[in-house]
Amino acid sequence: MTLSLRTIVPAAVLVLLGLVPVIAGAIDEPFYIDLFSRMLILAIGASSLNLLLGYGGMVSFGHAVYLGIGAYVVGIFSFHSVEDGIEWMASGYVQIPAALIASAVFGLIIGAISLRTRGVYFIMITLAFAQMVYFLGVGIEYYGADDGLTLYGRSEFGDWLDLNESSTLYYVCFVALLLTLFVSYKLINSRFGIAIRSIKSNERRTRAIGIPSYRYRLTCFVIAATICGFAGALLANRTDFVSPDMMHWTRSGDLIIMVVLGGMGTLFGPLLGTVGFLLVEEILSSYTEYWQLFFGPLLILIVIFGKGGIDGLIQALANLVERKPKAAAQSRDGA
Amino acid sequence: MLEVKGMQKRFGGIVATDNVHIDVVKGEIHAIIGPNGAGKTTLINQLSGEMKSDTGTVLFDGSDITRESASSRSLLGLARSFQITSIFQDFTAEDNVALAVQAHDGHSFRFWKPARSDARLRQPARTALEKVGLAERADIVASNLSHGEQRQLEIAMALATQPKMLLLDEPMAGMGTLESGRMVDTLKSLKGDITILLIEHDMDAVFALADRITVLVYGRAIATGSPDEIRANEDVRQAYLGDDHA
Ligand SMILES: Nc1ncnc2c1ncn2[C@@H]1O[C@H](COP(=O)(O)OP(=O)(O)OP(=O)(O)O)[C@@H](O)[C@H]1O
Ligand SMILES: [Mg+2]
Repeated sequence: MTLSLRTIVPAAVLVLLGLVPVIAGAIDEPFYIDLFSRMLILAIGASSLNLLLGYGGMVSFGHAVYLGIGAYVVGIFSFHSVEDGIEWMASGYVQIPAALIASAVFGLIIGAISLRTRGVYFIMITLAFAQMVYFLGVGIEYYGADDGLTLYGRSEFGDWLDLNESSTLYYVCFVALLLTLFVSYKLINSRFGIAIRSIKSNERRTRAIGIPSYRYRLTCFVIAATICGFAGALLANRTDFVSPDMMHWTRSGDLIIMVVLGGMGTLFGPLLGTVGFLLVEEILSSYTEYWQLFFGPLLILIVIFGKGGIDGLIQALANLVERKPKAAAQSRDGA
Repeated sequence: MLEVKGMQKRFGGIVATDNVHIDVVKGEIHAIIGPNGAGKTTLINQLSGEMKSDTGTVLFDGSDITRESASSRSLLGLARSFQITSIFQDFTAEDNVALAVQAHDGHSFRFWKPARSDARLRQPARTALEKVGLAERADIVASNLSHGEQRQLEIAMALATQPKMLLLDEPMAGMGTLESGRMVDTLKSLKGDITILLIEHDMDAVFALADRITVLVYGRAIATGSPDEIRANEDVRQAYLGDDHA
């Protein structure tokens, strides 16, 4: 990885994100910690979707469902820990693995069926599954139905890690994001990652060469679901609340927009996309309640003119500055 | 090496493969010729496992592979190339070949070690590129290679899977004389080591390379024999070659 604008910008963004609690404390605006922790969590979700969308060519239109599943596991465990007095269910050491396992299992079932299809059918079937789980959440009165479930308490990790401390929770999310980026980086450059990318590039050829594509696509699907479930568990802790709304199809659409906005199939694209998405949302919505009216066209402009999203724009800028021919800079993918 | 029995494939009203029997002997170059639409590509698709046959069995290297998938046939040593160039356009030439090496170096459920600096993959990839004369073009992104080079790359990818047999669908398609000549040389250098089923329209290449030829017309194999026998065959001349070829 050479030191280019494409790595400097995301690095700078990460450093700034790392300083948020410090800055928020200095200017006495604790509200910012809340805003930006949501950004970190959604960036994890978007990064996991990018494994499917950007590297695997799988347009999953139901990815927010894993946010919901991860969150609900935390919510439900917290509920029983108090209602039924089952103490161990309040433990983060139990909740987090359970959230990961639940989202992996859902990912396995949904993926195993969805990946039999291609193209528009795949988009529709992943959406359909997500809606099913959404309505399941709406339907279960016991867990609050569409009113959702308020957490009795955040995941407990013992004295050394108190998530009720908002800056602690923030840094947990921050480390989780760094971890997600690191794992993604290793994954997409491993043999597995190369196989996944080759399937996206030319599936027919990949099979002819001796790679049974289905099982690699499915594994990728399960990994993405699991990472997103982790983000969901963090989201429940951040919000102290879970509801079916977390997995509404528009949330899945938001995740897709974040990935495309930042740059599909690039390591830092989803992070940049999430930061861009949430900042624009925040700024526009402070001026007008019809902010989405302006947000839509803005997105279209970026996607049309900045091919490759924000990452593509940075790349174009770098080329302009260094006056490098495009082809030379393009061969450097995967980072 | 490859024994095809009673192979059939229909597309609606069209019989693309009509009760075909072919027996490819180990080590030979067996050419299949026939007019456009004769069903040559369909036959390759069936043999490579990409397309299900209606009926028929395929024996490869002594075992029945009729029910095997495309990827497992490849793993058993049956490699193919495509009539319309099928490569990974956004990968470099070497990455294309390295992927083929990877596919045959155990499973790809390896999630951590960087693949693109793995000597186990790069070394054999280089060797395969050298075999087809693309060593100097290793770092070029495939979409920037010339048409002829892309065709050579297809062969290198097939070779990198260390096949016992190659199914080649018109490897010279769209090539100039110079490029075709190089391809003939490449295939000649493989002769004996790897059994080859060669589909080709370029008759000069076919007669230069083939040990035996099967003629396919309307999905039916109407004749099989040595190049001389095929040249002399009346049915073939009428159906396909035309008198000026004799
Ligand atoms: N997937 C398909 N669906 C329907 N018909 C098909 C399909 N593939 C091939 N055919 C038909 O089957 C027949 C044989 O086609 P095929 O491509 O195998 O011929 P070919 O001998 O390879 O021709 P060419 O020399 O032009 O490459 C043609 O009539 C073609 O239209
Ligand atoms: Mg053909």
